[in-house]
Amino acid sequence: MANGHQASGIVAARLPAADIADNFSDLHPAYAPHEAAVAADRCYFCYDAPCMTACPTDIDIPQFIREIQAGHPESAARTILGQNILGGMCARVCPTETLCEEVCVRETAEGKPVEIGRLQRYATDALMAKGEHPFTRAEPTGKRVAVVGAGPAGLSCAHRLAMLGHDVTVCEARKKPGGLNEFGIAAYKSTNDFAAREADWLLKIGGITLETGKALGDGVTLDGLKADHDAVFLSIGLGGVNALRASGEDLPGVRDAVDFIEELRQADDLAALPVGRNVVVIGGGMTAVDAAVQSKLLGAENVTIAYRRSRDAMPASRFEQDLAASRGVKLMFNVMPVAILGDGAVTGVELEYTTVEEGRVRGTGERLTLAADQLFKAIGQTLDGAPDGVALEGGKIAVTGAGRTSVAGVWAGGDCASGGDDLTVTAVAEGRDAAMDIHAALTS
Amino acid sequence: MADLTTEFLGIKSPNPFWLASAPPTDKEYNVRRAFEAGWGGVVWKTLGSEGPPVVNVNGPRYGAIYGADRRLLGLNNIELITDRPLQTNLEEITRVKQDYPDRALIVSLMVPCDEESWKAILPMVEATGADGIELNFGCPHGMAERGMGSAVGQVPEYIQMVTEWCKQYYSKPVIVKLTPNITDIRNPARAAFAGNADAVSLINTINSITSVDLDALAPQPTIDGKGTHGGYCGPAVKPIALNMVAEIARDPATAGKPISAIGGVTTWRDAAEFMVMGAGNVQVCTAAMTYGFKVVQEMISGLSQWMDEKGYAATSDFIGQAVPNVTDWQYLNLNYVAKAKIDQDACIKCGRCYAACEDTSHQAIWMKEGRVFEVNDAECVACNLCVDVCPVEECISMVPMAPGAVDPRTGKVVEAGYANWTTHPNNPAAQAAE
Ligand SMILES: Cc1cc2nc3c(=O)[nH]c(=O)nc-3n(C[C@H](O)[C@H](O)[C@H](O)COP(=O)(O)OP(=O)(O)OC[C@H]3O[C@@H](n4cnc5c(N)ncnc54)[C@H](O)[C@@H]3O)c2cc1C
Ligand SMILES: Cc1cc2nc3c(=O)[nH]c(=O)nc-3n(C[C@H](O)[C@H](O)[C@H](O)COP(=O)(O)O)c2cc1C
Ligand code: SF4
Ligand code: SF4
Ligand code: SF4
Repeated sequence: MANGHQASGIVAARLPAADIADNFSDLHPAYAPHEAAVAADRCYFCYDAPCMTACPTDIDIPQFIREIQAGHPESAARTILGQNILGGMCARVCPTETLCEEVCVRETAEGKPVEIGRLQRYATDALMAKGEHPFTRAEPTGKRVAVVGAGPAGLSCAHRLAMLGHDVTVCEARKKPGGLNEFGIAAYKSTNDFAAREADWLLKIGGITLETGKALGDGVTLDGLKADHDAVFLSIGLGGVNALRASGEDLPGVRDAVDFIEELRQADDLAALPVGRNVVVIGGGMTAVDAAVQSKLLGAENVTIAYRRSRDAMPASRFEQDLAASRGVKLMFNVMPVAILGDGAVTGVELEYTTVEEGRVRGTGERLTLAADQLFKAIGQTLDGAPDGVALEGGKIAVTGAGRTSVAGVWAGGDCASGGDDLTVTAVAEGRDAAMDIHAALTS
Repeated sequence: MADLTTEFLGIKSPNPFWLASAPPTDKEYNVRRAFEAGWGGVVWKTLGSEGPPVVNVNGPRYGAIYGADRRLLGLNNIELITDRPLQTNLEEITRVKQDYPDRALIVSLMVPCDEESWKAILPMVEATGADGIELNFGCPHGMAERGMGSAVGQVPEYIQMVTEWCKQYYSKPVIVKLTPNITDIRNPARAAFAGNADAVSLINTINSITSVDLDALAPQPTIDGKGTHGGYCGPAVKPIALNMVAEIARDPATAGKPISAIGGVTTWRDAAEFMVMGAGNVQVCTAAMTYGFKVVQEMISGLSQWMDEKGYAATSDFIGQAVPNVTDWQYLNLNYVAKAKIDQDACIKCGRCYAACEDTSHQAIWMKEGRVFEVNDAECVACNLCVDVCPVEECISMVPMAPGAVDPRTGKVVEAGYANWTTHPNNPAAQAAE
């Protein structure tokens, strides 16, 4: 028997297992072939297509959609993967509503863009279903490159380098590759273990040695890597989290949203995963939305996102906000936590209303209290464990050009590097571009 | 509501929508249901001579061409004339005509090209009480190889000869159905009328192979590894049919003669276009085969709305009204100068007009900062390609230049008068203007 929404405290199995499985099914289900044909037919094959410019990896979108139209999703996939080797994951997780689909001329014309993301998934799924890897390696160059971190940036960089004939060693602190694809992205975006399957498929290119459970800073040093390799690419993501600096932050029941999501993503049985009855998420980004929505899908009764600025300033897109609202999450704007309440465990949170003046958030003095038996902090991740000697900028590794750091022979990309949005697709683009720059440096 | 009643060759029907001779009119069951659905008339599926009927293939008979969302645009068939006994058909025709005296019922015929065969069948058809006959000189496959169908339709002398026999041995109207598989449609039409035909109907299907199975390396539809050419029809053939109808309507030898138009009629608009182009009514096959008999209801409501909007009280008010506006290229006014104009508010910035004009036409569209597309009048020849490729209806229009203005492309003043190629200085055969 399920425990139900109203069971108090942080408990597992609030919903019957079948309901949970249903709740966590694909957010954007795969197209059937005819649906794909109809969707593809909507593309106008624009000249100098705006969607293509908006894609951080510059995928030739009209070209791949035309290949789908002409009955060759596999060749469409080659067009996609040639630019973005994680095109399968990006098809599932890209906030297309703020990227390619936002500028699709049919979005501007009729508010209904060509569904580029789903078409991209249709193409990449078709190719991956064949189990083939579409790329081959160039003649060996004899050069060795170390990649630190096997998230999207690291995998993209490693793949491109391997393709160009270099030998790549990827050192990854965790037991599995994929980075946030594996541990962070919402479960309903990456179903059926897609992140792991995609990483396996990507590694089929050959020439990449993946060393998991091996962390830079824990027996591995940058100097050591530099000594053994011709170049190093740092793609360690953002391992730290910001603190709330509100009293009661240490109470049981208060947790980093990313930890909760990681546990959820790695859970074999979601029904066994405990969740609170009254859940409050502090923050306004994708992490906040994902923690809130997934809490709701697990069966929490009341889930509230408390964000300190206005709706317009919220980093999560309007689509993400609406997704949360449609799953029953309550969105509160212009409120900030001042105290986490509870004795022995969290029971509530005291919030203060805010105004924003010249960009700065100020409390108005008016307060309210929300009941909470679980509180997630999702107020941003920070760089953790950057090697000494590498210059930082705004809390990230400073880079110029295609990811060059202050240290010769060391590149960086993805969330850990300065500039760019913290998105999967941006990480892929940066990894690829750094690989091209490393290749140019090693072969010049 | 406009009155759709149409009189064609003295045969009255409640509307100008007839079903063409084809599977929809193959038997009593179909025709009764068609009449119940509202069709104004039918041309019964083509009958052959007495004796063992023809046989059809038992594999696929149709092939198709699709547009977006699998919308059927063109159909191809390798079906023959009726494969049911003559007597059965005649009995059914008699019964149906008795029960539906207000509907047109025409019997399509195709028998060997000798007087005896026609003399034999015509009295039997006469006895059914049907309103007229249509001579199938059009079928491009199967029957042609037996010296019938388009094999007759391609030889004007045969057309005239057979038509004369029919007029001799049959008392009611004779419609001659023409094949489009010919270079100049006017010759068979002239021959039909020379043989005293009451009307011509056109087009029958166009010789075609719709597609090739790239695994079997055989034309489709494929029957046991082989395929053959069939007859093409449906929306894709309408422009060809429209031109052929217009050619006959404006040929001095046949102008004003009754025409029943066939080929791709799918909505009221297609019918209206054929009728203003000189057709007294239209016949429909593929639209019914694609959507069922119910399609006629939209044709009826659509045509009456259009007639009401235009103030036409009867179909005779508009039949043939566009014919005077069909002319030969050489008589088109070369003093008329237009320029494409893009409505910036309607433009969705897809750039298709730019790609088309820049790559394949006259480099007359600028792509400016911020994806603003504008026409350069100094290069625009008003070819209309941008209008045709623009996905937004009425976003690009062709704006005529006022007489007296200077065309920035040629530097010449736009003349008010009419002048055509026959008098143009570049024409070596030009006659000096009087
Ligand atoms: C909850 C959540 C949801 C998100 N949802 C989306 C989404 O829907 N769409 C989207 O586009 N983006 C989303 N993002 C952002 C996206 O996941 C990241 O931008 C992206 O994963 C960054 O890739 P990366 O390779 O730079 O870093 P990561 O994916 O973080 O990968 C870094 C890797 O480096 C490893 N590592 C760290 N330190 C060391 C070390 N010292 N030695 C060795 N290895 C190390 C880590 O274990 C990890 O595998 C989300 C992020 C979060 C947190
Ligand atoms: C399957 C099929 C069978 C046909 N059989 C005949 C026929 O027996 N006699 C005839 O005169 N025309 C026949 N036709 C031609 C149609 O009557 C009509 O001329 C042609 O299909 C064009 O009209 P549409 O575009 O409305 O289909 C046939 C057409 C099809 C599709
Ligand atoms: S903008 Fe939209 S319509 Fe144009 S090419 Fe891109 S997906 Fe196609
Ligand atoms: S349409 Fe009817 S007769 Fe024709 S193949 Fe299909 S089921 Fe058979
Ligand atoms: S084709 Fe039409 S919509 Fe597209 S850019 Fe040109 S004018 Fe604008």
